[in-house]
Amino acid sequence: MNVMAPAQAFSTKKSAPVVQVCGLSRRYGKGPVILDHLDLEIGAGEFIALLGRSGSGKSTLLRTLAGLDPVTEGTVTRPKEVAVVFQESRLLPWKRVWQNVLLGMGPDAVCEVDAHKVLQEVGLSHRVAAWPLTLSGGEAQRAALARALVRNPSFLMLDEPFAALDALTRIRMQQLVARLWEKHKSAVLLVTHDVDEALMLADRVVVLEAGRIHTDISVPLERPRRHANPVFEDLRRILLSALGVTPE
Amino acid sequence: MIRKIMEYSSRYFSLILLVVIWQGVCSAGLISPHVLASPFAVVHTAETLVRDGTLPKNLLVSLVRAASGLSLAVIIGVVLALISGLSRMGEEVVDGPMQIFRTLPALALVPLFILWFGIGETPKILLVAFGSAFPIYLNLHKGIRGVDVRLLEMGKTLGLSHSRLVRDIILPSALPDFIVGLRFAVGISWLMLVVAEQVNAESGIGHMMMDAEDFLRTDVILVGLAVYGFLGLMSDQIVRYVERFFLIWSLDRNREIS
Ligand SMILES: Nc1ncnc2c1ncn2[C@@H]1O[C@H](COP(=O)(O)OP(=O)(O)O)[C@@H](O)[C@H]1O
Ligand SMILES: [Mg+2]
Repeated sequence: MNVMAPAQAFSTKKSAPVVQVCGLSRRYGKGPVILDHLDLEIGAGEFIALLGRSGSGKSTLLRTLAGLDPVTEGTVTRPKEVAVVFQESRLLPWKRVWQNVLLGMGPDAVCEVDAHKVLQEVGLSHRVAAWPLTLSGGEAQRAALARALVRNPSFLMLDEPFAALDALTRIRMQQLVARLWEKHKSAVLLVTHDVDEALMLADRVVVLEAGRIHTDISVPLERPRRHANPVFEDLRRILLSALGVTPE
Repeated sequence: MIRKIMEYSSRYFSLILLVVIWQGVCSAGLISPHVLASPFAVVHTAETLVRDGTLPKNLLVSLVRAASGLSLAVIIGVVLALISGLSRMGEEVVDGPMQIFRTLPALALVPLFILWFGIGETPKILLVAFGSAFPIYLNLHKGIRGVDVRLLEMGKTLGLSHSRLVRDIILPSALPDFIVGLRFAVGISWLMLVVAEQVNAESGIGHMMMDAEDFLRTDVILVGLAVYGFLGLMSDQIVRYVERFFLIWSLDRNREIS
């Protein structure tokens, strides 16, 4: 049961893409091909969710887009101002939260105000001077989000940023990301294994399978979205079947 | 309060009992003072040695030796660890010889060092430096190599330059290992100093003890032992403070820290 999405492969906005991936292939050493002539375009301000089974190469794609892995075959164009949030917050434990947020930015004196502002935005104004090891999982991810946002990226990558959080915290964080995106309007690539999360947040959901974008559907739903919406249900079913999960 | 006192006294009870027995045995004349001086005699001798300036003078000499040797060890250990930790080529050049040298028992070098550097301060300081440079080097090297690559990746996505990666990520992450190394180095430095001063010296706590041996002055020897023990304890405390100051971020996360 491999239904193709009805609304497949048309982008709602036809602005110039900020990210363009053409024929990207990647393998680790002599191992199997992870990405196989993959094509992907992300428009300015577009929110894309990337789904795929574990090991399908989602992180590999994201790492390539982030410039951490080399491009050996194919081309990747991306803006200069990118930011990444990983599953683990990756805060430096020896720097206070606000110092982490400003890591690698200009002289501190100018920016400390910005750090406070952005930490307030993510709801962390009470832990500005805390040591990262004293943060809870959710707080740490908020700090990581603040660190990404303070750079005003035109392209934000999130690699399963909420996967390690408890269910309630995850919902809060999803709402936070939705709010921040409405405000900042940077292009977002959210890697997730959670179909509901993808449908709640994204303009477009793509599924990575066998090294290629296998399914590409836009989500024509008003925000804030409701699970109970029948369109939501349909999309959900389509995505699950694209991921190889068939209803009982 | 009462319970606290009880706790303390029970912890030290055996020790106190031991001292009491020791004093009793000595007072009863069962042990000659040439074999073991009594606690009272030791305390009395310590007082005399402090009064006539013998102890402070020798203590200062020993302290200066230990401090110079240790400082040298820190400089050498850190420089070598940075070279071999931060560059592949540096590792090939530095790490091999260090791994070989560290298997040498440092104390066996005493005769060679005396031959090379005579009997002044140089061989003693160098011996201390030689022995304690290894734990600094080994631990710092391990710390630098063991940096969390995920943090480095993060730094790269934030656009940090190579020198910023070293300064903001690699070195701070190696700091806990460096302090472990420092603690070992401090312990070793006293050990090396004891030997160096007993083999040949005109001053220092070790020399004071060796001198006392010639006159069967077990009381002076015991004072020297106590001083060494005290010095060891104090230096360990200092390292603890250093640790608490620099590693405040890694302290027990359940404790409120500001
Ligand atoms: N550094 C690596 N060396 C070798 N194989 C790797 C490496 N990183 C990932 N892989 C392999 O590449 C495949 C895709 O991994 P990844 O992109 O992390 O998948 P996902 O994020 O979708 O779960 C997996 O089969 C994984 O085993
Ligand atoms: Mg992954």
